[in-house]
Parts: sequence; structure tokens; C-alpha cells
Amino acid sequence: MQKIESKGINFYYGETQALHNVSLSMKENSVTALIGPSGCGKSTYLRLLNRMNDLIDNTKMTGSILIDGQDIYEKNTNVDDLRKNVGMVFQKPNPFPKSIFENVAYGLKVNGITDKKTIEERVITSIEQVALWGEVKDKLKKSAFELSGGQQQRLCIARALAIQPSILLMDEPTSALDPISTSKIEELIYELKKQYTIVIVTHNMQQAGRVSDTTAFFYMGELIEYDKTKTIFTKPSQKQTEDYITGRFG
Amino acid sequence: MLSSAATSITVVLIVFFLFIEGAGVFSKKPIEEGFLLAVHASNPINKLEPSQVKDIFDQKITNWKQLGGKNEPIVLFRTEDITEFYSEEELGENFEYFPAKIDEYVSKTPGVIAFFSDKYKAKDFHGKELEINKIKIFEFLSGEEWFPTAQPIAQMGVKALIYGTLWVSFGAILLALPIGLAAAIYLSEIAKKRTRNILKPLIELLAGIPSVVYGFFGLVVIVPLIQSVFGLPVGETGLAGSIVLAIMALPTIITISEDAMRTTPRAMKEASLALGASHWQTIYKVVIPYSASGITAGAILGIGRAIGETMAVLMVTGNAAIMPHTLLAPLRTIPATIAAELGEAANGGLHYQSLFALGCILFLITFCINMLVELVTNRGSHKKH
Ligand SMILES: Nc1ncnc2c1ncn2[C@@H]1O[C@H](COP(=O)(O)OP(=O)(O)OP(=O)(O)O)[C@@H](O)[C@H]1O
Ligand SMILES: [Mg+2]
Repeated sequence: MQKIESKGINFYYGETQALHNVSLSMKENSVTALIGPSGCGKSTYLRLLNRMNDLIDNTKMTGSILIDGQDIYEKNTNVDDLRKNVGMVFQKPNPFPKSIFENVAYGLKVNGITDKKTIEERVITSIEQVALWGEVKDKLKKSAFELSGGQQQRLCIARALAIQPSILLMDEPTSALDPISTSKIEELIYELKKQYTIVIVTHNMQQAGRVSDTTAFFYMGELIEYDKTKTIFTKPSQKQTEDYITGRFG
Repeated sequence: MLSSAATSITVVLIVFFLFIEGAGVFSKKPIEEGFLLAVHASNPINKLEPSQVKDIFDQKITNWKQLGGKNEPIVLFRTEDITEFYSEEELGENFEYFPAKIDEYVSKTPGVIAFFSDKYKAKDFHGKELEINKIKIFEFLSGEEWFPTAQPIAQMGVKALIYGTLWVSFGAILLALPIGLAAAIYLSEIAKKRTRNILKPLIELLAGIPSVVYGFFGLVVIVPLIQSVFGLPVGETGLAGSIVLAIMALPTIITISEDAMRTTPRAMKEASLALGASHWQTIYKVVIPYSASGITAGAILGIGRAIGETMAVLMVTGNAAIMPHTLLAPLRTIPATIAAELGEAANGGLHYQSLFALGCILFLITFCINMLVELVTNRGSHKKH
């Protein structure tokens, strides 16, 4: 069974259709890269997977998305629980205006975990998971804004991991970061793959090549090609894909 | 830079003037100028507090021993009482024998306390003029009686007015804050865009209505309502003032808090929701903390309007200068007092200056509130950066 399975998705912002009949499935513990020119619908698709688009007024979706075989757009889906299972990391680091510790503890607290010891353990484990522990262990009480951009982004990943999701969505997680921070996060993604199913949007072809197992190429709201990353980058079957990854595009 | 300096200087000058004028109260005796109080020469009492004089003339104190004097009933005497003791011929056609007769009367009445004009004081007056203490700041603040034009001695206790102001304002904020906050949350987080686009301008419009109109509304709608709901003899109560003020403060509180809530970055809200927080948890844990300083600012401006508000309150609170023990009784606020009395107070007189002193108190109250807010919001914003 596929971890994520989307079938025939059409998505509309008001009158404008942003996704056309997209069908895409991802295996458990794999990394899938979503690539394509700006405005092609990558973020839109990604945000459908944790129902983040619900927040936008006047949108409509047809088709279905199954996670672990469950239709997440079914009437009686608990969206909060869904989002607990499907973590998300955003393009720009967006820590809360709270301490480093509180940032990671936030998800635990809103999910009803009150035991101080459990919270502390999970916070520490998550920060260790993103290889940030050494850098912040002495200033957990300090504001998260005192961290560098790269550290903030890793903190945001730790925050997402703390509630133990099984899927991690990342929307251009390194686009605001320097090369060193970027490579740290790429290493991290490689590590996380063992436990999580990861979907990552990226504009960086090398990055897609380095971190992902499969790659989906979107163009103008359509899924043009979806295959093993190696195949997409060496012998794509579609002309548009080839043009895009070789940079002869837009 | 220059304009802000000019503004600051102007404000400082205004405050300075206010305080100079207000401080005049404490350098004056509360007895009307040109009048004096006298007792029998053998009376051991030399000095009285303003409040004691009042109690004597109100006949709450009827024997000198209550004041530490001899056991002697107090006999009140005012200038006009002289006609009870002497005939018109004895007093003279042009009252030329007034001084002599008053002197005579005081001399033969051991328990007397006489209040009369300086010009009727005989050259060789045999009585003893009483010293009256100046009004002390403490008395001014703690006195519960506000009779600034009372004879023979003005009563300048502002405690009832301060309490009246605080009660009404506090009641108003208690009503307005939860409602305003709820409305702001509804507008910024829950209402559909269309609903919001209709409601927001309407609410903003409410802020522009003159306070007299709110006063009328209060008088016609709220006052009778309170009277019938609580079965009171009069509906003009502190509660009516609080409600009217709350209604007046609401647009300010709603608009400012709502604006603040809408500045909550979308990224913050999405971060919270993406972690499985519910909509309400996100409002409570992200939106409200993020806009806390804006909400406080809205509340303060609301309170500011409430505390300084004059007209509407004047119209619905009944204006009784008595210590409020419940919001269901008439009371009187500082601004209403100033507005109602300044017109009839003689320029530069004691009453006039006491109203300025009231103004100083009002200024200090609002100043303290603002400082408090500054403290609170600073602590809030410190966390943000
Ligand atoms: N909130 C919105 N309201 C209306 N239209 C939107 C909204 N968000 C995105 N769109 C439109 O939907 C289309 C797809 O946008 P999307 O953000 O998914 O693109 P993207 O592939 O993520 O682009 P980028 O690489 O620049 O992030 C675009 O044409 C965009 O203008
Ligand atoms: Mg995008």
C-alpha cells in the first residue's frame, strides 16, 4: 500500500484552476521532490496533503487523497489529528515568538501532553534529531529569534518532529538559507527518511537530485512526469521535463 | 523632531498650569473670604478643622465637650440670627450697631459659635476668633463630602468623586473588554470576508458619534431599563454610566484589537495549525499573544475615553456626590463634576481652584494607567524580539 495516494485532483482558487487532474502516490519512508517553474502548483499540491488550503477562502477541490488508505477529505476526518500526523516545514523559518524550548514544546502542549518530563524528553530528542542540540543546549530559555536562519529552520523541523508525525512536508525549506545550512538540512532529510515519508518542494535541481528517491515535475498545474529521481534527471520521457531540468525553460 | 518638541513643551506647560492652579486649594482656608468664625472668649478651643465646623453647623456636634472643650451646649449664630435678639431700632437704620450688638451677644453667650462678616467685627471685639486650618491634601483626598460652596465652610472631599470615576470606568471596562475582544476575534478570525467588510466600517462609524448622542441613548433606553430590571427608585446609576461608556469604548477597543489581530503573520497561524493546534487554540495561543500590545492599547484608549468622558456620564449617572457602595446607586465622576461646576465657580476662588485640583487628580489617574500599560506592553514586545 502506498503511504500517500492522490487521485484525479483538481483544485480551484475561486475561478482559477491551479491543479489539473493530478494523480500521485508516494511510498512509505521515501523522499519525493516536487519540482517545476514558479506558479505551477507545487505548494498548492503540498498544502493539500495536510489540508492547509482549507484556510483559504473560496477554494474547491475534487478528487481524493488517501493517507494510509484513509481519505483525508472525508467529512468526518479530524483535521487537527491529520495535521499531527502530517508535519509541515515552511519556506521561511517561522518560529513562534517564544523561547527555543517553548517552540518545540508547543505542538506537544496543544496536543494535550501535560506531563513535564515527557515534554522535556521529547523536546530534547527532537532537537537532537535535527542536530541542533549542541548549538542550543545552553540557551533553551532564549528567544528562538536569537538563532540564525539555518538554526531557526532546523528548530522548525524539530518542532514538527516533536509531535511524531509519519509524514513531513517541506516547502522549499532551504531557499532562505546559506549553503552550509542547506547541506546540513539535506543531510538531515537523508537521516529522517528512515522514519518518515517526506515530500519536499524545491527549486534547486541539485538538491532534488541529492535528497529524493522520486521526483514529480509540475507544469501549469499539471503533473507532467513522475518517476525515479535518477530517471527524471538522466532520461526523462517528456520534452518539457528535459527542458526544465536542463535550464532551457521559462 | 521640532514639532514633537513643541508638543511636549505645550503639554508640560498645560500640566504645569493645571497643577499650579490646583495647588492653590491647599494654600487657602476653606472659609469664605471676608468672613470669620468666633467663639466666647472663655472657650478653650482655638482651632477647628473644616470638617468639625461642618459637623457643628449640621448639628451633628452639639456640645463643646465633644471637641474637647467645656461641657457646654453649642449655640449656633449666623449674622441674620441677630434680628431674633435685637429689634430693628437697636440695630440701627443702616445696621450701624450690628458690630456692637454681635459683640454683645457673643460676650453673653458662653456656648456660642458665630459666623459673620469681617465688617461686622467690632473694633474691641470681646469674643475669640477661631483659627481655621487650611485644607490638607490628605483631607482633600480622603474627605467623602463634596460641598464646595457650603456655608460657613466649604467641604472639599474628593474621595467620593474619585471612587465614582473609578467605579464607572472599571465597570465600563469590565463590560467592554470581553465583548470587544470577542467581537475583534470574531471579525478577524471567524467572520467571512464579506461579513467583515460590512461590519468593520459600521463599527468604525460608531466611534464618530458625539458623546451627547450616547448620553441621550443612555437616558432614553438604558436608564429606564436599569430602573425596571433592578426595581430601583431611579435608573440614573453608576451602572448606567458604565454601560454607556462601555458602548462608547467598544468601537475603539474592537477596531484597534482587530487591527492588531490581523497583523498576526499568517506564517505564525499556519505554523500553529500545522502542528495540530485547533483554530481556537491558535487564536488563544498565537493570535492573542501576538496582538497583546495592540489589544492593551485598544483597552487603554477605551479606558482613557471612559475615564475622561464627561457628557454622557453627566447625563446618566445621577451626579450624586456620595460614596458609591454599589453601581446601582447614583454617583458622580470627576469629569462630570468639573463640567457641571466650572461655569458657576468664581474665577480664582476656592471652588474654582478645587476643580483644577480635581483635574490634576484625573490627570494623575490617566497618567498612572498609561504608565502601567507602557510597562505591560513593553514586557510583551520584549519577548517578541
Ligand atoms: N491564495 C491564493 N489565492 C489565489 N490564487 C493562488 C493562491 N495561492 C496560489 N495561487 C495561484 O495558484 C497557482 C499555483 O500556486 P503555487 O503557490 O502552488 O505555485 P508554486 O508552484 O508553489 O510556485 P512557487 O515555486 O513560486 O512557490 C499560481 O498561479 C498562484 O497564482
Ligand atoms: Mg510555492
